[in-house]
Amino acid sequence: MSNLLGPELLANIGKQAEPKTEVVTRRDIRKYAIATGQTLRRYLDGDEAPPLYHVALFWDVVERHELTPDGVSVDKLLPKFPLEKAMAGGLQITYHAKIRPGDVLTAHRTLTDIYEKSGRSGPLIFYEIVMEVQREDGTPVITEKTTRILR
Amino acid sequence: MNTPATAQVGDLLPARDHKCDNIQLFFYNAVLWNAHRIHFDLPYAREVEGYPGLVIAGPLMGDWLAQVVDQWIEGTRASLVQIEYSNRQAAYVGEVLTAGGEVTAVADGLIQVALFVKNEAGDVITPGSATIRVE
Repeated sequence: MSNLLGPELLANIGKQAEPKTEVVTRRDIRKYAIATGQTLRRYLDGDEAPPLYHVALFWDVVERHELTPDGVSVDKLLPKFPLEKAMAGGLQITYHAKIRPGDVLTAHRTLTDIYEKSGRSGPLIFYEIVMEVQREDGTPVITEKTTRILR
Repeated sequence: MNTPATAQVGDLLPARDHKCDNIQLFFYNAVLWNAHRIHFDLPYAREVEGYPGLVIAGPLMGDWLAQVVDQWIEGTRASLVQIEYSNRQAAYVGEVLTAGGEVTAVADGLIQVALFVKNEAGDVITPGSATIRVE
């Protein structure tokens, strides 16, 4: 197996992003519900957020100069990896409480793992980011683990 | 139709076809603030990235999986505890994609379901699973 991950790269495991706080509005829930083709009235009316709404709520709002030419915003939590072509990605989301309009939510993101595996067509780099979403009083709302594969 | 209260292994969750058009994909990426060109710039998607069409955003298909669960548990005393999915293969504007699921385990007040988004060729492009708690 090749060894793409040196100690400097692996030292990024445990790195935390600056916490982000966002206010949940009925308007934004409604937009999300319409955009995703929801059918349940409480989502379309914005009374409650659909299960993946937090993906939109905590997507980085970046300025134009922060975008790459293909329109992507680079996650500042990530180091520069020796492989850059993104393959599959996945999410695992655990629910602790519902999200409703007026909630003030804070997301804490941590780069929790970086590892390498050999794939059929060469080495692959995996990384994992855990995002903990909580209310102002610290009540947990969502735990989300993102896994991405680079080749 | 089967319900969470009487769930048995092999029960199918109601499936739904999605045909994501340019407007839905635009709305979705707008609510995210996602400017990735492969989702709205057809010449770029084709000529620079080599895709056959505009690429449907991965987490949008993840949302469809959550909707399969939501439809099934609506009006019951069941709730979604955990969901996971992975985007394995791309899909494009204009394709008919089917989201559905099947009960794989029932024990201790928890139901496990396998979830999928399939394309017209029958390939599972976004597999997933969920844990549902029944009161």
